[in-house]
Amino acid sequence: MALAVIQFPGSNRDSDMVEALAHVTGTKPHLVWHAETSLPAGIEAVVLPGGFSYGDYLRCGAIAARAPVMTEVAKRAQQGLPVIGVCNGFQILIEAGLLPGALMRNANLRFVCKTVDLEVQSNRSRFLEGFDVGTRWACPVAHGDGNYVCSADMLARLQDTDSIALTYASGSNPNGSVANIAGITNEAGNVLGMMPHPENISLPHQPTQVGARIFEGLLHAAA
Amino acid sequence: MPTYEARLIITLKQGVLDPQGQASASALAGLGFEGLQSLRQGKVMDLTLEANDEPTAREALSAMCEKLLANTVIEDYQIDGLAQTSATS
Repeated sequence: MALAVIQFPGSNRDSDMVEALAHVTGTKPHLVWHAETSLPAGIEAVVLPGGFSYGDYLRCGAIAARAPVMTEVAKRAQQGLPVIGVCNGFQILIEAGLLPGALMRNANLRFVCKTVDLEVQSNRSRFLEGFDVGTRWACPVAHGDGNYVCSADMLARLQDTDSIALTYASGSNPNGSVANIAGITNEAGNVLGMMPHPENISLPHQPTQVGARIFEGLLHAAA
Repeated sequence: MPTYEARLIITLKQGVLDPQGQASASALAGLGFEGLQSLRQGKVMDLTLEANDEPTAREALSAMCEKLLANTVIEDYQIDGLAQTSATS
């Protein structure tokens, strides 16, 4: 299948993402530079990897979200193309307005790099269809700005529209996110943003391969 | 075209947690400063721009804040000290 991993100046998890996707799908994804104004023909999903795009200048993901390629990514996302953003990719999706809310500095001000327990709240997204709701799985996080905030109205809307995809399990919240949010989808369910790194637990040499199930969802998402 | 200077002040909205401001406040308390009740951290940006007139300059600055410089989900912005610096350039 044809996947695109977008590279921004300062992306640093792009190669890991490419390896995980190639392993799961059997096809090496296209690497697409941020300055492109179009996506390769026949792209079936877009992946925004982690890193520190533009050095986190201004706000994490803020400048990357205005990169030329993001106009096309936004257009295709609105048409229903599956899009996943991990870590900095989640920050970029939020800054691009494809997901609501904001990701702020971790409440304890510390960069967190550890494995936390996640709980699947919704498997409506095709990325999470391989999980039953309520499934707990351990996944690494590595970020300084993963503290999800939104207005009370927006939180209610996320809940009403079944858009909270992943939460940190009780006692596992590493960053102070409201309602323990670790990942959300848009209302249509085709765009998923998550702070934890499934690409770190997808390959045979990695501690577990649970994360591969996120990307296996892409195989089913191709339509 | 006249040149204008302006200062943009970007602050966190009321009610948005400001862990950086809180850390600075607790450091000040550790230094013995008493009576500090709150400290909120924000950003200041100084800009120079050309525009036909002041309302146009103000409109451009506002658009810059809305589109990029401020995240209006969590931040407020104000345009401070907009003034013409030269008649022509």
